Amino acid sequence: MQNVLRQFVLNGEDASLPDQVLKLPGSAFAVSEPSRSVTLRRLWLDTFDWRLYRSGLTLEQVSRGGSADLVLTGRDGQVIAADHPVPPPAGGRKDGARRSRPAWPGLLDTLPLGPLRDHLGPVVGVRALLPVARAVSVVREIRVLNSDDKTIARVTADRMSVTHPEAASVPPRLAVSALRGYQAQALRVADLLAAEPGVAEAGQSGLEAVLAAAGRRPGDYTGKVDVRLAPRMPASVAMVTVLTALFDTLLANVNGTVRDIDTEFLHDLRVAVRRTRSALKLAGDVLPGDMAARFRPEFKWLGDLTTPTRDLDVYLLGYADMAAGLVAATAEELQPFHDHLVRSRALAQRDLARGLRSARFSRLGREWRQALASVGAAGGGPRPAARHTVARLAASRIGRAHRRVIRDGSAITATSPPESLHELRKRCKELRYLLEFFGSLYDPGQHWQAVRELKALQDCLGEFQDTQVQHEEIQVFAAQMMEQRAAPAATLLAMGEIAAGLAVRQQKARSEFAGRFRDFASPAGQNRIRALTGAAAA
Amino acid sequence: MKIFATYNIKGGVGKTATAVNLSYLAAREGYRVLLWDLDAQAAATFLFRVRPRVKGGGKGLIRGTRSVDDAIKATDFDRLDLLPSDFTYRNLDLVLDAAKKPGRRLGSLLAPLRAEYDVVFLDCPPGISLLSESVLQAADTLLVPLIPTTLSVRTLDQLTEFVAGMNGHRPAILAFFSMIDRRKRLHKEISEQLPAQRADVAATAIPSLSMIERMSVERAPVTAFAPRSAAARRYAELWAEARERSGLPEPKPDDAW
Repeated sequence: MQNVLRQFVLNGEDASLPDQVLKLPGSAFAVSEPSRSVTLRRLWLDTFDWRLYRSGLTLEQVSRGGSADLVLTGRDGQVIAADHPVPPPAGGRKDGARRSRPAWPGLLDTLPLGPLRDHLGPVVGVRALLPVARAVSVVREIRVLNSDDKTIARVTADRMSVTHPEAASVPPRLAVSALRGYQAQALRVADLLAAEPGVAEAGQSGLEAVLAAAGRRPGDYTGKVDVRLAPRMPASVAMVTVLTALFDTLLANVNGTVRDIDTEFLHDLRVAVRRTRSALKLAGDVLPGDMAARFRPEFKWLGDLTTPTRDLDVYLLGYADMAAGLVAATAEELQPFHDHLVRSRALAQRDLARGLRSARFSRLGREWRQALASVGAAGGGPRPAARHTVARLAASRIGRAHRRVIRDGSAITATSPPESLHELRKRCKELRYLLEFFGSLYDPGQHWQAVRELKALQDCLGEFQDTQVQHEEIQVFAAQMMEQRAAPAATLLAMGEIAAGLAVRQQKARSEFAGRFRDFASPAGQNRIRALTGAAAA
Repeated sequence: MKIFATYNIKGGVGKTATAVNLSYLAAREGYRVLLWDLDAQAAATFLFRVRPRVKGGGKGLIRGTRSVDDAIKATDFDRLDLLPSDFTYRNLDLVLDAAKKPGRRLGSLLAPLRAEYDVVFLDCPPGISLLSESVLQAADTLLVPLIPTTLSVRTLDQLTEFVAGMNGHRPAILAFFSMIDRRKRLHKEISEQLPAQRADVAATAIPSLSMIERMSVERAPVTAFAPRSAAARRYAELWAEARERSGLPEPKPDDAW
């Protein structure tokens, strides 16, 4: 494993160029004979939403013969951590049992405990690592020597052929690595190489070059609403743009959800469905005919299909914290509850996967795509809003949603029933989604400020409702477990303690609501929303 | 991190050859190894083709005004780094004398390298000095090359007695016979009898071989340039014995799969 100082690409047509360059012609340094060619299999890993790439990290598995290294590097190519990953022994496996390579995609716990996992943990979170690219490299190396015949730098020539996501070839690359303590001399070697004809500084990392050759861009997926709207765009065209992007996000997450690669696929899929439903509800009138009315029940079906698995995911993702927070009961006593959650989730996931493979889902996808495509040709619907510009549509719909949040929130008092807060949460979500759909119309700073204030209110309402839902669910789980004779008394008591904890959290969220709402509904906050939408509409 | 020191009050007994070859063998097995050439004669530094120069000299290192980290040089061998000698090391005793707790100084300089290296070799100059006391304090195992003569056995006794009298940390001692001339009856007798009688004398002995002297021509460990030679095999046996006695855990395998 070497720390790479500088990288170059060879642009010449001449196939023998790497060999010529490796002789460092005209330099005062002596060089060793090039090593024999070594074939490496490279596999780059990242999460589906490119968390490593976005954090400036590259995780590469380099295999040679029967051995492999996982190497994490930073933006400058410096190695941050490395490991020979060996999966933890499965049940009954003894030390010395044959070690096997971790299978990708895999969650972080596929990797052994150690510095590599420690570095990846905070970035990767609950997401799985997936292969994003594969290549086969044929590598030769020379050692650059000083006048004592001591190696001071290594130069490798790497001829890479991309095998995934598509077969492609990339120009040969050179990498200069310094030996520890010989940085200055190695930099001189790099300068000499840079001056050679046909040698250019590598503007891209190895991964970027591989992906570019295969026609893919790192960071090409985001769960956010990633559309660019122009203020004067017709409202119908803008809504189709938004809905198409949401549908692309939805579809991008189907495979990962069905294969159950990690919980975030389902999360992003659900969010795409909810945003679609909100878009149809709040601005569906700009679409032609009965398009919105026709598809709203189908997207509701899809949303409902995903709810049981997601609810259980939320429980399981928070389980470790809940178990750790027990005071009277122990984590062991709670374990049967965990087993019950896992069993229930497996059943829910089976139903979900079946639903996503069903004819109904295929039909929904097909017909929705056709309907979106037809809008461009047919233009907007007959209603007046369809002939507005998107800026005007956004101002009117955001304004309306905002007024509803203010009106409903102001009506909530200390004695209001929980349902009033749940309803307000829905209104807040609608406002939030509208701000996201039309975000590209606005000044990013103002937009961020408006969303930030809303988000603080949403977090409070979310905590209030999630804890209530979980409180209700845990009672259902307890009844199910008793029915299945899977609930020892100690487990039920431990679940009672969890339920009490949820009730405390809910009360806390309730007590914080008034303050959060006051901040959101302040005259300054209201003015910000008006200024935001007003400027674009004008 | 385990610290081995090659030490003897006498010079020319094979300390440097031992440190250079054992550090190479440890690195080849997968350990991350640092060799600190503490001898101003810079023989180990020469053998690894590194220039005997440390910025700020021995004074800078011992006083802590220069970081040990910055002075380390990679050798041409994977996982084997060298902290080179410097001519100013001849005055290390004076610098140590001026330092606080001179006996612990080397140990505290090495402590920050714990995460980076599994094994450290200290190649010491001959003599008894503040530097050697500091080495005795820092080392886990003293590797003591002995020429098989009655006098050198007496020296080992003196060293053992000295270590036994140390307060706190005491290094383990592993002596071994070095530069054995099989034609000399005394060499043969002593080198065969003593390991059977004393637990602190290794079973492996290093003969006097021209291949070992060739290291200064090749400027590499004999274990690297002639790995199948008799000399290389003896060093491999000695390293196996030293590693086992030190309780060094297995290196992380290179080919985990």
